This record gives sequence, C-alpha cells and structure tokens, in this order.
Amino acid sequence: MQPRHYYMLTFSGLLTLSVGSLFLGAQALTLSGLLNDPQKLQLLLISRLPRTLATLLTGASMAVAGVIMQLLVRNRFVEPGTTGTNEAAMLGLLAVTLLAPDWPIVLQMTIAALSALAGTLGFLHLSRRLPPQQPLLIPLVGLIYAGVLMSIATFFAYQFDLIQFIGVWMSGEFSGVLAGRYELLWLAGALSVLVYFAADQFTIAGLGQGLAISLGLRYGQIVALGVATVSMVSALVIVTVGALPFVGLVVPNVVSRLMGDNLRQSLPVVAGIGGGLVLVCDMLGRVLRSPYEIPAGTIFGIVGAVVFLSLLLGRRSHA
Amino acid sequence: MIDVSHLSYVIADHQILNDITTQLPRNQITALIGPNGAGKSTLLGAIARQLTPSVGEVRIGGENLTQIDPQVLAKRMAIVAQQLHVGSRIRVADLVGFGRWPHSQGRLSAADNAAISDALKRFDLTALHHRFLDELSGGQRQRAFLAMAYTQDTDWLLLDEPLNNLDLKHARSLMAHLRQMVDHGGKSVVVVLHDLNFTLAWADHVVAMRAGQVVFSGPTTEVATSIALSDLYQTEIEVTSLNDRRFALYHR
Ligand SMILES: Nc1ncnc2c1ncn2[C@@H]1O[C@H](COP(=O)(O)OP(=O)(O)O)[C@@H](O)[C@H]1O
Ligand SMILES: [Mg+2]
Repeated sequence: MQPRHYYMLTFSGLLTLSVGSLFLGAQALTLSGLLNDPQKLQLLLISRLPRTLATLLTGASMAVAGVIMQLLVRNRFVEPGTTGTNEAAMLGLLAVTLLAPDWPIVLQMTIAALSALAGTLGFLHLSRRLPPQQPLLIPLVGLIYAGVLMSIATFFAYQFDLIQFIGVWMSGEFSGVLAGRYELLWLAGALSVLVYFAADQFTIAGLGQGLAISLGLRYGQIVALGVATVSMVSALVIVTVGALPFVGLVVPNVVSRLMGDNLRQSLPVVAGIGGGLVLVCDMLGRVLRSPYEIPAGTIFGIVGAVVFLSLLLGRRSHA
Repeated sequence: MIDVSHLSYVIADHQILNDITTQLPRNQITALIGPNGAGKSTLLGAIARQLTPSVGEVRIGGENLTQIDPQVLAKRMAIVAQQLHVGSRIRVADLVGFGRWPHSQGRLSAADNAAISDALKRFDLTALHHRFLDELSGGQRQRAFLAMAYTQDTDWLLLDEPLNNLDLKHARSLMAHLRQMVDHGGKSVVVVLHDLNFTLAWADHVVAMRAGQVVFSGPTTEVATSIALSDLYQTEIEVTSLNDRRFALYHR
C-alpha cells in the first residue's frame, strides 16, 4: 500500500469514530434532537465534543511522543511511560500541589514539564551507558528507573495524604472532560505538529549520531527539541486527563511494521492511529458497564499489552 | 588537502591516537592501512568530526575543522562508518535520498532525484530501492550506505572498510567508481583497506598506522614495499609484479 492509502484509511476511520463518539453516552443524543432541542446542542458543545477532541489530541500526541522517544534512544521498546518521564512529571506536580497549591494551572504545568524534562534527561544519560547489543536492557532499566521515581512520589504522597492525586494522574480517563477543562491539550497537539516540521531530522537522528553529524545536522539540538517536546506533551496529558501508558509504545510499533520509520511519511498515521485507538478505548469504556464508565487508560492497558506482546513474539519469529 | 597535526585521542586512560601528523593529498585515493586496533577508525572519525580529539587539529583546505559550520562541512566531507548498526526501518531509496539533505534540507528537486537514481544504479540497488534496510544482506546494506555518501556529492569521501561485506564483483566495482570519481570528478577519497592487493591496485597514497601512530606514509609505489609491509603487520609479506601490476603474497 502507498502512504496515501494509509492516510485515507486513517482519516476516514477517525472521522467515523469521532461522529460515533459524539452520539455515544449516558444521555441519548440524536440528529433530530440536536436540531430541535437547544439543551442537546449544549450537551454536544460542552461535553461530547470536548471529550472527543481531548481523546483524539491525547492519543495522537502520546503516540508522537512515543515515536520520538524511540528514535532518540534508538530503541523500539521505550515511551514516556517506560523512561521515567511520566513519573518525573508527577513528582513535579506533587511538589507544586504541596508547596504552591494556588498557582495557576499553566504554572503548575510548567513545573511538571520541567520535572519531566529532568527525568527524561536522567534516563537518556543512563541509557547511553547500556550496551546497544542488548535492546531489551534499555526498557528494563527504564522501568526500574520509573519505578524508583514512582516510589519516591508515593512515599511523599502517602506522608502528606495526597495518594488519591496519584491515582488521578496515573490513570488516564476522559469522563471529566468539559469545555474549559481540556484546552491545554491543544498545546500538546500543536507540539506534535511542530515535530512534523522536523520529521526528517528525527528520522536521521534515529539512524545514529554519527550519520546525523555526517549529514551536517546538529544532533544535540535535535535531541534537545525531542526531549523537550516529549516532556511537555507528557506533562500536559498528565495534568489534564492523566497518564495513558502503552499508547506511545504500541502505536509506533504497529505503524513501523506497516510503513517503516520515515517520519515524514509515517507521522500522520502514527498520530491518527494513536488518536483513533484511544478514542475506541474511551468509547468502549462508556458502553461496557454503562451507566458506569471504565477509564480509557485501563482498557488501553489491556488492549495495548496484548497487541504489544504479539508484536514482540511476531518479531522473534520474523528475525 | 587534509592536514592532520599532532592529533592525540585519549579515552579512559587509553592513548588511542598518539601525536599523529600526516597529510592526505587532494584528488587522490589514499589507503589507510594497518593491523586491527591500530586506530584507523578513530583517525577517520576525528577527521570527520565524529569525535573530538584530546590534542591537535585537523585542517581541510587550510581551514580548521572546528571553524567550519556543520552544514557547510557536510557538503565537503562524507563518511561511511565501519559499524552500520541500524535499528530503523528505512527504505533504501529514502536512505540514499538523505544523502541530499545537506544540499536540499529535505526538499528534493528534480536534480536531487536524478542524483538519487544515479546512485541507486551505480551501486546496483535499483531493484532493491523499495526494500527496508532490515530486509537486506550485509553487503547490500553496505552498498546502500555507500550510495548515500556518494549522493552527498562531497569533495572528500571517507570510507571505513567499505569492502567488508562486498563480494568480488561489487568490491571491484566500488574501487572503480572511486577511481573514476577521483580521476574525472575531482574528488578525494580516503579509504580504510584490509586487502593489501586492493591497496596496491587502486591507491595513490598510503598511510600506514600501528598502535595509534603513523608508521609510514607516501605514494603507494614508493612506500608499500615488502620490508615496510612485513614490518607493519609483523608477518611475512612479499610484494611482486605480475603483468606490470603489483601483488602482495601473504596467504601462506
Ligand atoms: N570506546 C572505546 N573505549 C576504549 N577503547 C577503545 C574504544 N574504541 C576503540 N578503542 C580502542 O582503540 C583502538 C583503536 O581502535 P580503532 O580505531 O577502531 O582501530 P582500527 O579501526 O584500526 O581497527 C583499539 O585498541 C580499540 O580497542
Ligand atoms: Mg576500524
């Protein structure tokens, strides 16, 4: 298949899902209802549309963050959830919640992003010391590193009775999304678009530092841009809807299988499938135990684990 | 000309390059030879600014390497490393296309595309152009990287053991391409070679290294003698002539 076939498939899939998502929920919503009842229109504009957009933006930008991380570390098995990025963002949030609880959300967000940045740089530093011949070592060390950060966060949260916050930050879900409460996510979306403009640079960086230098790229700047983007996106997502592990891991791997790692071609599909998959999970969460909801992050965790395991095993038999 | 002066490189207390001073002539094929671990790859890496020397400097056409903007340097010098470990799934044609990056920053013109198909043809990759790198044999992958560096169209081309995975036909064809680029394209080539017969057959100039130092250097016909080579590799090597060509005999 040509890239444009993938673009068309992704786009039409997203469109269908989005329309479905607008009309799916505890309160019935129909086309005729929309035309006749202003309250139904309010429901659409205040709740359903923001929720759908938030889901798409989150999925797309987390998938993009994952692929960037994978290219920079040159490892297929990393994403913000396995590099300590999410946990570090959370530590930052915890600190703000404790020390400056009445700062505006943008400032809290900034602290979380800076903390995520420090955490990610720490991981990069660690990963450079690991032997490249053992690709599974990197995500393992990353998980341990993330675990250490997580236990520090849990310790302080426990001490100061903030454990419930950790629960909110660590499990992504969209039931609370309303107009006025998700708009920060547009920034995450904008960052993903920014990445697209540097797509070739990231692809080349993924081929190795030596090759990047030989082609005249400023490797350090690309790494800095990538790490900053990934940290910002992760912090934004955690602040607004909560972490969604696996999205950044599964989606880039699937797309890489289908169309390779030339980001200029594949990034739109990575973003599209990321948004689409998270939307599917959110919609499933709305209907499976209706009228109760299951968090999208929980469902994605299950779906993602299965997809990822099959990718891992499929790769083995492929090699 | 590339001027290397008093270059040293130390890593973790190991003196890998020890006060290297040598010249690589313009518009010639220079063979970098010497036993394993001599420091050939390290020297090539230092020249291509892949690593920063501890002491000393490299000048290219009189300009200090560190003073040249990376983007400008990428139009003057390309390198194909010895280790081509690639984790990304990139298509051969895309990889070769990246060779045009220093010139076009990703916006490929018709001329760029012509250069890419020319490189694919030269390196016998046309039939493979749509394959991913991880679906190639070692030699095919090596050719893809060579084609990329060729597409970069630089004054200087540095190749670290490019014949490693190549079969006879492709090895000979690569050397012939290099010869042609030097003789008719005004290019300069530095190539790490292990097979002395390729050095004797194709190189104009030789730089011989051992234990981080230059042992001898000069025009191939003058310096690549039985005595010098035997001493360099610490093994018996006899340089003879056959049909006016020079050969090294060392197989038994
Ligand atoms: N990262 C490194 N750390 C320590 N020693 C190294 C490193 N890389 C290379 N060396 C050593 O430097 C020497 C020169 O290596 P290299 O330039 O690759 O040699 P050559 O290409 O001539 O075979 C070798 O003795 C090698 O063991
Ligand atoms: Mg070497």
